[in-house]
Amino acid sequence: MKKGIIATIVLTAVSILPVAAQEVVAKKVPYIDFGNTAWIIVATALVMFMTIPGLALFYGGLVRRKNVLNILMQCFIIMALISIEWVVIGYSMSFGSSHGFLAPFIGGFDWAFLRGIGINDVSPYFISQENARIPHILFILFQCMFAVITPALIIGAFAERIKFKGFVVFTLLWALFVYNPIAHWVWSSDGWLFKLGTLDFAGGTVVHINAGIAALVMAVMLGKRKDYRGHAIPPHNIPFVVMGAAFLWFGWYGFNAGSALAADGLSVSAFLVTHIAAATAALTWAIIDWIIERKSTLVGISTGAVAGLVAITPAAGFVDLTGALVIGAVVSIVCFFMVAVVKQKFGYDDSLDAFGVHGIGGVIGAILTGVFATPAVQAAYSGALYGNIHQLAIQLMAVSVTIVYSGGMTFVLYKVVEKFVGLRADKQEESVGLDETMHNEIAYTTID
Amino acid sequence: MKKIEAIIRRSKFEEVKEALHDADIQWFSYWDITGAGKEREDMVVRGQVFESSYIQRRMLSIVVRDQNLEKTIKAIMDASRTGELGDGKIFVSDIEETYRIRNGQKGADSLY
Repeated sequence: MKKGIIATIVLTAVSILPVAAQEVVAKKVPYIDFGNTAWIIVATALVMFMTIPGLALFYGGLVRRKNVLNILMQCFIIMALISIEWVVIGYSMSFGSSHGFLAPFIGGFDWAFLRGIGINDVSPYFISQENARIPHILFILFQCMFAVITPALIIGAFAERIKFKGFVVFTLLWALFVYNPIAHWVWSSDGWLFKLGTLDFAGGTVVHINAGIAALVMAVMLGKRKDYRGHAIPPHNIPFVVMGAAFLWFGWYGFNAGSALAADGLSVSAFLVTHIAAATAALTWAIIDWIIERKSTLVGISTGAVAGLVAITPAAGFVDLTGALVIGAVVSIVCFFMVAVVKQKFGYDDSLDAFGVHGIGGVIGAILTGVFATPAVQAAYSGALYGNIHQLAIQLMAVSVTIVYSGGMTFVLYKVVEKFVGLRADKQEESVGLDETMHNEIAYTTID
Repeated sequence: MKKIEAIIRRSKFEEVKEALHDADIQWFSYWDITGAGKEREDMVVRGQVFESSYIQRRMLSIVVRDQNLEKTIKAIMDASRTGELGDGKIFVSDIEETYRIRNGQKGADSLY
């Protein structure tokens, strides 16, 4: 009996020994952490949800009834097309490495078709968890959803007047020649903007400014809608708009908190500021609506929430609660002014305010990141408010570079696609409606 | 027999329905209708205020015997009038023949 007890004690002690040793010597090699991986899998799904149904419904509800299917189709086909583009070549171009003088500007073809990447390989990218990482494949998928939603944002600019075939060709070329390079510059460790110290946590420049400027260029080049009378055309389904905005808010938790690539304090901090910025911006817009028209509108509060989410995107992993409150309030005021006053003054038909909300919101967010970045969140980064004016200058530079490249390249792509494929829907197609003319479908029937 | 087509405010519909019921007019069709008229409504979309001429109304279509024409029109008018611009219109036209589908009966009596 005594021998048995001693044996048990000794065996137990011996079996604990390796574990104890392991805890004393912490893992110094990158490995796949299951907790982080689980969260980022969910985050990836959340970002997918932002494109369809989130953005699809948000934009779909804002257009006229005869064009709603066209909007939904554009979002859906982008999900299909760009997902494939991403794994075939996009990821390699954006996050891969090329050699020689092009390395800071674009990746190579080493990872085309995800060649050489095993399912148990560890992601080369991490934020605050150097060793507790996610699988490489998961990082690729997570980034895929960003590559998908960015061109989808642009559709707001040319809604109700674009040919479907031209749109598909334009979108593919845009993903290849505008999104992938800019993603490389800002997010790849080789990228020149990254090396200069640009702070963009989840895509203020890469996603929102990029898409927003492209949207402005497309809106101007394609010209106004036939029925545009200098003001917004009433939305056909405001419940869709609200649902879409709610889905976007929900999915944005994955967009921002997921960009921490871990389920840690940084991720939760990003979650907090994302939520508060959205809430602040929504409330601010509702208040402005009230001040101007004595009534808070649903379209307004939905737009406000989205504007707040856009602006906090680059800042999510760098600012604290104060930053979130200020960013939310400021972006709402500026975007309201852009959408309600400036757009009418300049007379361009940015149908669904892709530039007014995403473009301008992204600019505000990227610049304010350079102000409110606080070492209390990530010790290595600080903004102008904490004595680092340099960061603000870098942000301004990155914003300018993005605007120039995205605008210029989009213009070139417009010219090319317009000439060889055709982009602008003609008067007849616009009058009948794109659902019928592009897809042979009618969204709502009064017959059975 | 006469057909009465009345375009009234949607907010007045329940009152008109009750007034017609009180006048013993029970059978009619109605649908939502959008029109252009003298009235202008202010619409706001994303902070942009503009005048909309999308005027939403409700249309009723009632076929009555000649002797009930006056009381039907009076019921509709009294119930739907507010005195403001945009109260609506009533049109009266002649109906040549009426049939009840269930038993093929024709004539004014088939209205009820």
